[in-house]
Amino acid sequence: MSMLEVRNLSKSFGSTEVLKDISFTVNKGEVWAIIGPSGSGKSTLLRCINQLEKASGGEINVCGKEMLIKNDNGKTVYAPSSVLRDIRLNIGLVFQNFNLFPHMNVLRNITEAPVRVLKKNRAEVEKVAMELLGKMGLADKAKSYPCELSGGQQQRVSIARALALQPEMLFFDEPTSALDPELTGEILKVIKDLAAEGMTMVIVTHEMGFARDVADHIIFMEGGVIADEGTPEELFGENASERTKQFLSRFKNN
Amino acid sequence: MSGEEIKKVFMILLEYLGPTLKIFGFTLLYSIPLGMIVALLKMCKFKPVSWLTNIYILIMRGTPLMLQIIVAYYAVPMLKQNENLPAFVQSILSGVNIQNENFMFNAVIVAFTLNYAAYFAEIFRGGIESIPKGQYEAAASLSMNKFQTFFHIILPQVVKRVVPASSNEIITLIKDTSLANVIAFAEITLKAKQQMQTYSSLTPLFIAGLFYFVLAMILTVISAAIEKKLDYYK
Repeated sequence: MSMLEVRNLSKSFGSTEVLKDISFTVNKGEVWAIIGPSGSGKSTLLRCINQLEKASGGEINVCGKEMLIKNDNGKTVYAPSSVLRDIRLNIGLVFQNFNLFPHMNVLRNITEAPVRVLKKNRAEVEKVAMELLGKMGLADKAKSYPCELSGGQQQRVSIARALALQPEMLFFDEPTSALDPELTGEILKVIKDLAAEGMTMVIVTHEMGFARDVADHIIFMEGGVIADEGTPEELFGENASERTKQFLSRFKNN
Repeated sequence: MSGEEIKKVFMILLEYLGPTLKIFGFTLLYSIPLGMIVALLKMCKFKPVSWLTNIYILIMRGTPLMLQIIVAYYAVPMLKQNENLPAFVQSILSGVNIQNENFMFNAVIVAFTLNYAAYFAEIFRGGIESIPKGQYEAAASLSMNKFQTFFHIILPQVVKRVVPASSNEIITLIKDTSLANVIAFAEITLKAKQQMQTYSSLTPLFIAGLFYFVLAMILTVISAAIEKKLDYYK
């Protein structure tokens, strides 16, 4: 079952085209990694699907709901805001810089959206939040403030925060890029555990080894287009395109 | 001045602490919410609104508060004499009763509120603009609407950031209340001036100064306590 369909997506900032004709389909339970040099449009792609950026053209379908469509006049239009809000609830997003709410403790960071947006009972949400924190190994940090946590701990809280809305899909925008190298492991482990549970995920990452390990499909982006695409075996194997090999070789060397 | 006289002057000034605090209190009550509204208007993406707001702020900050108090007090009676004004302006003016015993106080509050709202607006705008974009994006990714994002995510963080600058304004305000004496509004400074003439002595002015000094100290202590209370996160 397809969870995310992107067709001919394009995005321009002024006259600069940052995404050109992007198409791919993510099925339930799949893990997709998006790799590529900086400035290749990876994050912009994720942000367009997440409605943080407005796409310029193309179509996006999330969990069977049309989010972005071409209308009869051939113009690209967004669904009504109530549908967009619904769609957004299907996707959890984890940011590079965590973006936790600094004035709220860990528990409150996680419970705020379910209580305010979904109007759920606070006590019930707190129970779910504590379970999520337990899963992240942070049960003892529920009353701590984000500033008291390490980067890795903050990122795990932000994953728990996204999961608390029970999304169908989880997106990661370079989840380990702001972390010290010794802290990336704990985040990658959490993502692997989620993959093992069958969570559908799209991960923009610079961790090539991780992408190879955890992803079912890898998209290699360059200059705003999908330069190469396939299973890890295909992209990291001998038959990959020259450009992909060249890009990946830079990571193998260091 | 004898000890007895000093005590008498002190009691008179103490009586006019009320009007001074009334200017202070009502100005804060009105200018803080108005300042927040003005800050949001200045950040409005519809440019004419932003420009008009900017002109208002420029005038309020670019002209003396004392002058503004004089204008606020004399504008209505003066304009009432002008028969060439458009009808709707005249009908608004006729609605203001300048014989009302509160008219002078109201004029003072209007001037102080409009002036301080401009200063607060700039402080609040700085505070709002200093909140990282990521906070809005995180809230959006959690499907919070604009209202929830502003009141539960942004505003609490803005409050912490604007407390030091706002305390500064608030301490200035308690001293600025003395400007109301320019239209003979009876508050501490006006009374101190009268007592100075009565006794041909500077002592009443020093007593008045002591009142403002103590008030400023109290406000300093309160603002330090608020800053400390908000220090539970970085």
